[in-house]
Amino acid sequence: MANVKKNKAKTKVIEEKEVSVNIDEIISDYAESLPYSIKKDLAKKLKSININKSEIINIVKKVKERYEIHRVDPYESVGIVAAQSIGEPGTQMTMRTFHYAGVAEMNVTLGLPRLIEIVDARRTPSTPMMTIYLKKEVSSDINKVKKVAKNIETTLLSDVTNIYTDLEQIEIRIIPQMELMKSLDLDVMDLKKTMMDNGGPIMKHLKYNSDENYLYISFLSIEGKEGNVITESPYASLKNLLDTITNLSVKGLEGVKRAIIKEVSGEYVIYTEGSNLKGVLGVEGVDTSRTYTNNIMEIYEIFGIEAARESIVNEIKKTLDEQALAVDIRHIMLVADIMTNNGDVRAIGRHGISGKKTSILARAAFEITGNHLLKAGVTGEVDNLNGVAENIIVGQPITHGTGAVHLVYKTDKKRSEQKENLKK
Amino acid sequence: MVIKSGIFKKITDIKFSLLSPDEIRKMSATRVITDDTYDEDGYPIEKGLMDPKLGVLDPSIRCKTCGGRTEECPGHFGHIELAMPIIHVGYAKEIRDILQRICYECNRYIGEPVSDDSAKCQYCNAMRKKVALDKPTTFRIDNEKITPKELREHLSLIPDEDLPKLGYDEKSMRPEWLILTVLPVPPINIRPSITLESGDRSEDDLTHKLVDVLRINQRLRENRDLGAPQLIVEDLWELLQYHVTTYFDNQTSGIPPARHRSGRPLKTLIQRLKGKEGRFRSNLSGKRVNFSARTVISPDPLLSINEVGVPEHMARELTVPLYVTPFNIEYAKNVVRIGPTPPSRDNKYIAGVNYLIRADGKRVKITDNLSPMIADKYVEPGAIIERQLMDGDLVLFNRQPSLHRMSMMCHMVKVMPGMTFRMNLSDCPPYNADFDGDEMNLHVLQSEEARAEAKVIMRVQENILSPRFGMPIIGAIHDHITSLFLMTYKNPKIRIGEIIYIYSRIAKNIPKPSGIDENGSYWYGRDIFSTVLPENLNMDFKSSICIKCNPCMKEKCDYESWVKIRNGRLLMGTIDAKAVGSIKGLILDRIARDYGSESAKNFLDDITKIAVSFITIRGFTTGIEDEDIPDDAVKEISDVMKKAKNDVDLLVEDYKEGRLQEMPGRSLIDTLEVMIMGVLSKARDAAGDIASKYLGMENPAVMMAKSGARGNMLNLSQMAGSIGQQSVRGERLHRGYTDRTLPHFKKGDMGAEAHGFVTTSYKSGLTPTEFFFHCMGGREGLVDTAARTSRSGYMQRRLINALEDLKVDEDKTVKNTADTIIQFLYGEDDIDPAKSVQGDAVDINAVIKEILGEEHHAFVEMEEKQNMEKIKGYGERELDEGVVETTDDEEELDTESEGPGGFDESDDYGGA
Repeated sequence: MANVKKNKAKTKVIEEKEVSVNIDEIISDYAESLPYSIKKDLAKKLKSININKSEIINIVKKVKERYEIHRVDPYESVGIVAAQSIGEPGTQMTMRTFHYAGVAEMNVTLGLPRLIEIVDARRTPSTPMMTIYLKKEVSSDINKVKKVAKNIETTLLSDVTNIYTDLEQIEIRIIPQMELMKSLDLDVMDLKKTMMDNGGPIMKHLKYNSDENYLYISFLSIEGKEGNVITESPYASLKNLLDTITNLSVKGLEGVKRAIIKEVSGEYVIYTEGSNLKGVLGVEGVDTSRTYTNNIMEIYEIFGIEAARESIVNEIKKTLDEQALAVDIRHIMLVADIMTNNGDVRAIGRHGISGKKTSILARAAFEITGNHLLKAGVTGEVDNLNGVAENIIVGQPITHGTGAVHLVYKTDKKRSEQKENLKK
Repeated sequence: MVIKSGIFKKITDIKFSLLSPDEIRKMSATRVITDDTYDEDGYPIEKGLMDPKLGVLDPSIRCKTCGGRTEECPGHFGHIELAMPIIHVGYAKEIRDILQRICYECNRYIGEPVSDDSAKCQYCNAMRKKVALDKPTTFRIDNEKITPKELREHLSLIPDEDLPKLGYDEKSMRPEWLILTVLPVPPINIRPSITLESGDRSEDDLTHKLVDVLRINQRLRENRDLGAPQLIVEDLWELLQYHVTTYFDNQTSGIPPARHRSGRPLKTLIQRLKGKEGRFRSNLSGKRVNFSARTVISPDPLLSINEVGVPEHMARELTVPLYVTPFNIEYAKNVVRIGPTPPSRDNKYIAGVNYLIRADGKRVKITDNLSPMIADKYVEPGAIIERQLMDGDLVLFNRQPSLHRMSMMCHMVKVMPGMTFRMNLSDCPPYNADFDGDEMNLHVLQSEEARAEAKVIMRVQENILSPRFGMPIIGAIHDHITSLFLMTYKNPKIRIGEIIYIYSRIAKNIPKPSGIDENGSYWYGRDIFSTVLPENLNMDFKSSICIKCNPCMKEKCDYESWVKIRNGRLLMGTIDAKAVGSIKGLILDRIARDYGSESAKNFLDDITKIAVSFITIRGFTTGIEDEDIPDDAVKEISDVMKKAKNDVDLLVEDYKEGRLQEMPGRSLIDTLEVMIMGVLSKARDAAGDIASKYLGMENPAVMMAKSGARGNMLNLSQMAGSIGQQSVRGERLHRGYTDRTLPHFKKGDMGAEAHGFVTTSYKSGLTPTEFFFHCMGGREGLVDTAARTSRSGYMQRRLINALEDLKVDEDKTVKNTADTIIQFLYGEDDIDPAKSVQGDAVDINAVIKEILGEEHHAFVEMEEKQNMEKIKGYGERELDEGVVETTDDEEELDTESEGPGGFDESDDYGGA
């Protein structure tokens, strides 16, 4: 025994070289038809171990054999199985919103409501959030990260200033809190500029009091002057102005309400409440290849349909995993594929896929029955009865599974007749 | 001889189009004029709504149009000539769209509507007019009201060749048909009148509506012909429009629904079709069937998993057709001679016959007296005998809600005394059934084709592996797991008496005794379990009781959780949920996958039987005293609780004094709440730990929890230790009185007890305030469950509807009915999830092991390497065992979740 071992050890060096060269070739020789993912996995596993060629061939052959057994049957109703596999655990899910894993400060919709939201293909999820990874040179330095976070998180004018109204003078006074401003790298002139840019025409009356360091708009002084933009009474416009001013964003990206920094496996990551992927990708220091948002439509608009499909799969998977419900990835992929099939993200439901079905009867049986039938009348539509619902309605076998094939049984008599016919 | 079966005719397509006024007149059996239905003598009035030409209701009368009786006559349409044209509500929007796109002068298509006011017709240079629709049926052109009559004229002048440009099919419609001049009257079969017990006739809603239409139509005609003032005619016209509108759709927005005398809104045409109770969903997509039965279910572990116990009463009612042929005529005659109520032989049920369908199609009831005569006279090739159900017949068994395909499986009948359906307990998980009064349905298969299909694809054993996640969904539960656990944990010795009892129930030979001691020969529990394993099975895995040491000691496990099976012998380890349980059973998974469904069925049958036999003899019980913990422990727990409450008080004090630091992105009060919740949940866990320290493996409740049979340690620690924080919407309880939850507390008290922290355990009992808080938490759970079922039900309906047409085609692509390719290769690897190895296409490790043998140096190396990787990537490990962790949570939710909950979503769901 010991002898054998020694022998093997000797030949090891030679074999190793030979093996590493050959594996891919062997796989393509013996199992070309295997899907890429299996081939890759197999090659990786085989390369990690040290065995001779015939053993490798045997393994590859066996894997191929098993694969053939595990393939789906033709005409299998994979759609229904997928729908059931995702729908059935729905009853076991919770409805509550949870804290996002690792970030206790943030609430994220999970469970059934999130799942419904995904298949509905909503424009914005109820709790949009981003996970922003940063470039290597930034991600380890907390100060740099904080700086990035500040560029992302929306800061409102009311966050960095105290806003007063003086009704006697009909005047709005904006007094900057210099400490907060400094921490955000803002100065009064920045404020003035953003306000003039985004606050509407009235802002041209914005004045700066350099003695006491505040910004103000005095309505009394505007009245009667040239270029008066006030149409209402000064008090009403004062109130309106106050509303617009308090919600004026002076720094950060639109829609990002909060940014929280967390350390994840050795690097700092920014989590945000609210999502603005387009904006974030433009921020300096952000690692654009790993940054992620849970807003599928945003991903679709920026990265296209394939990315949207991938993110639907990820989001459904994440929701189910979080509830510890085991669902095969293939079911989820099918749902994502049908949602993204025509290049657009379509919802599961009457506004999306179900409303666009070819069969009139199937559409009528789902929702908004009357309209589909009436419309079918004027356009002279024809229902070809290819699907499941239509054939059930007319009382015929469906076209899936055993209904897709026909058995022809020839009696001996018929067979001989046929032969004779051929002879003739 | 012709056997009438199969499909004679196939509908290949259905074309929809619009009925023209001429067609309506042509297909009409009579013109309806009078709004009366019956005369004083109760005879239908001619040219009335109940004209006998429209069909027959009375079985004794023949139809005046076709001469058929009730069952033969399909009914015939009539028609009403409308005095003035009426707009069809359903097409009001279509009419508007047409008008917006045609020239008002030359009636030709002039393109999509434009916002430009000065736009002109490209043919006649007339100004484009603005068309507006005042819902539901009034049109205005350039702000002038226009009558349907004028509209109809315009529409009728649109040339045929312009229709496709407008999006219509010139063969199926003419635009003017959208405005009605003739109204079809449906046959009376679809609006039958009912004779009440008092002798009064009650008419159908549609008839009522048609009476209204006729009455106003008549008045309108008279007034118009008499040259009544324009105003009166217009009013009547509008009234007629209202009646016709509500005749089509009684829920048209903008007009009040027509009501019955009692105030109930009438159910008119659209209402008949639409919604869950409508024609489509209720009668077309779902149909009522014969040969079905329903009753309460109860358990019977001695039945096989693919059997179902059917009560004798039912078996005598349910029948299977027996087709008489020249080959079985003698047998058939004998069957008929048995009659409908054969006496039982040796106390055994014998199937009788109920009916015989003669070769000429007449149905004959077989009675005890007549059976010999019928057997001689009518049993001939072509006759069909309806034989009563007997053992071995194939039936479908179903429990609602039918959420997945395992909710309807094919079982074999076993006729039994009693009044309930009996089933094996392993079948409970796929049906999600229990025996607290659940009822289930049974359908008897009627044709050979159906039976063959059911047997091959719907049998219970074919559905052991769930397509949802590729693990067995049918498997041992509750007592069976406990029993196997008791049998294999610490490998107890079992004596001859018990052995004989156990083996009397399974078709296996008693193995040789494992040894002999002073009390005689004995068998080890693991050796008994081994007898039901396939001979060449080799497996290693960790059982449910594994405490997940790092690194795993494998064979040297101190907790008997490393299961090792070699050549079909259980060498070490404990059999529990992870081995044979539903959803997690690894042995079961392996057998179903590698040895076939039949072996898996036999394995399950055997383990249920040995498990039930063993636990019957050994005995097993749990009670409230199992949660008894020593006084020391009680003291320890109460100390922990006191400390926790104290900590909370300190936190509150910090908060009030302003010493508390805000968490990033949280308000101060939120921070406090989060911290309090943290302290309290730690205290609960500590109490649970103390309690479980005193509850050892010998404790029956712990055995059940650890082996995965039922319950979990959280449940136990709540019984023995402390229940913990109650919550609503994921927060502590705050609602109730001003500034406090209950009058028992001071206003503004922020302490633990005042906001729903329950320090006591279920065993010790709750204080009144705690009890109230517990109720609050519990109620939320109930509400949550109720809300969840409807929402997830609707989501599933939508998913099914969106995906139902997808199938894998011959070329392995996934296509829908329009032949659009959805996936080029199903699931990217063409693997059936049910056949997959927990999601993987092929278990490459297993193949390598199989080819090389487990002693091979390369394999050993590989295993070690993978183990190292597992230890390194701690996160991965969690994922790997995700499947296992799953069910604990699932079960927790199944019963009643104590945890925080909340439903704050106000999404739209349900209904159209």
